[in-house]
Amino acid sequence: MDIVYTIWLRSMKRYVRSKSRIVGSIAMPLFLLVFLGFGLNSVVSTTSLGQQYVMFLVPGMVAMSVLFTSVFSGIQIIWDKQFGFLKETLIAPVSRLEIMFGQTVGGATTAVVQGIILMVLAVLLGLRINNPIGFFIALGFMVLVGISFTAFGIAIASRMEDMTGFQLIMNFVVFPLFGLSGALFPISSLPTWLEPITLLDPLTYGVEGIRYGLTGVSQINPLISAAVIAGFAVAMTGIGAYLFRKVSL
Amino acid sequence: MTIAIHVKDLTRRFGELVAVDQISFDIEQGEIFGLLGPNGAGKTTTLSMLSTMLEPTSGTATVMGIDIAKDQDGVRKAIGIVFQDQSLDEELTAWENMDFHGRLYRIPKEIRLQRIDELLKLVELTDRRNDIVKTFSGGMRRRLEIARGLLHHPAVLFLDEPTLGLDPQTRNHLWQYIETLAREKNITIILTTHYMEEADRLCNRIAIIDHGKIIALDTPTRLKDSIGGDVVTIQSPDTARITTVLAAPWINRMETHDSEVILSLKNAEQHLSTIVTRLNEEKIPITSISVHKPTLEDVFLSFTGKTIREQDMSRRDSMRMHFRMMRH
Repeated sequence: MDIVYTIWLRSMKRYVRSKSRIVGSIAMPLFLLVFLGFGLNSVVSTTSLGQQYVMFLVPGMVAMSVLFTSVFSGIQIIWDKQFGFLKETLIAPVSRLEIMFGQTVGGATTAVVQGIILMVLAVLLGLRINNPIGFFIALGFMVLVGISFTAFGIAIASRMEDMTGFQLIMNFVVFPLFGLSGALFPISSLPTWLEPITLLDPLTYGVEGIRYGLTGVSQINPLISAAVIAGFAVAMTGIGAYLFRKVSL
Repeated sequence: MTIAIHVKDLTRRFGELVAVDQISFDIEQGEIFGLLGPNGAGKTTTLSMLSTMLEPTSGTATVMGIDIAKDQDGVRKAIGIVFQDQSLDEELTAWENMDFHGRLYRIPKEIRLQRIDELLKLVELTDRRNDIVKTFSGGMRRRLEIARGLLHHPAVLFLDEPTLGLDPQTRNHLWQYIETLAREKNITIILTTHYMEEADRLCNRIAIIDHGKIIALDTPTRLKDSIGGDVVTIQSPDTARITTVLAAPWINRMETHDSEVILSLKNAEQHLSTIVTRLNEEKIPITSISVHKPTLEDVFLSFTGKTIREQDMSRRDSMRMHFRMMRH
């Protein structure tokens, strides 16, 4: 536990110091929320949503900031590789599993904090959370999404030598995961042939869970969402830990 | 004297390439032991195996009596490492880098805080302790890494090219630190270098390593004595005739090397006039002639037939070829 805490502590110190990263990764979902949310608010039929489009969008954007921050935090291991710092960690008499868990917890914490910042900003834009339990439900889903995708980032980083493949992963894996998740539109509004694919996207369950917490409405039963995203988090952590064990210096 | 490091027939292959070829040596406790050789000779590979970062293909080794293959964590606790490439977190302060290391090695808080203060003082970084490492110069980073490597009180310190890329003044400074360390902390130090004067100044014993093999192992003094006296270097367009003309019993060895003839002999100053006279008699032109005390460079040259710099060059070429072939 002390080693996990040590690695987590380092992540936090680096996070607090990287002001530009904090602002940078909040900006994108915030702009989308404002532009798409208010821009399409009157265009999108609100009957199928049961609420204003902008409020429908909030959980999606919270999920987005958690997703991107956590993938990025996991992939940061490549930087540690390139700057040599990974050697310092790997040569210490500690297990790889502890190091990997520390990274995962650190990345997930960062991602959840980013998500909370966006949530606070959304409150300023008019989001009303009706009951406090809902907030904690959303928080729980954010933690699971954060863990899943930090571990995903670590798994990717374990197999990559440098940052050249990063853009590829972002464009062909992370962005489709986000686009298909129902963060931007209700799953039911997609053509029927796309719906099964949406249901294969683990992020869908994260977004739906956060939406249930924040707005009280979701298209997927929150218990199913919780089970799927929790299972995915466990699986990704396992895969990440396995691949990270094989990293050689 | 107790043995700190024992190496027996250690070998490492990378595919076809034999990076380290059945090397054996012992290092005594408290010794500064140098692995000297050109780039790609196998120094870092040896160090990586001894520090459990890389598994040997065959052979055995123990560090402080602990087998490197059987108890990796045991070895890791017993050693401190300063890597060839820097391995600090640039976003953290000097103190935070130290603290991170102390926590990783599970040093209890009180001892950790006390040692960090001590070591930062030793490497003269106390007043920069709260500065982000990004703002540090190369020499300061190196010093911080050495301090960090000592934090968990290792019995053996590994230094991989400790002064690579540093300016001469900083290098000199660092040498003093290393000497102080060895003296005051009675720590065993194994260092790799391809700087002759570094090996000569710091090491109690030196293993000259080339193409993965140890070709000579002794104290710097004895290695230099093996040359057989002073070194006279004669540059001339006609090296072939020099060797026949100068054949004399007081010349211990004679080697031709490009446009140079290198002679080893005792009391060279006394024989210098004889040499010049003989060459003049035979009308052999002399471009230049010089006399110096033997250095490790001469030792390396006599054992390998090449200077360490030439080895570096040719190795780089062959590596480039190797990579080019792999790409095609």
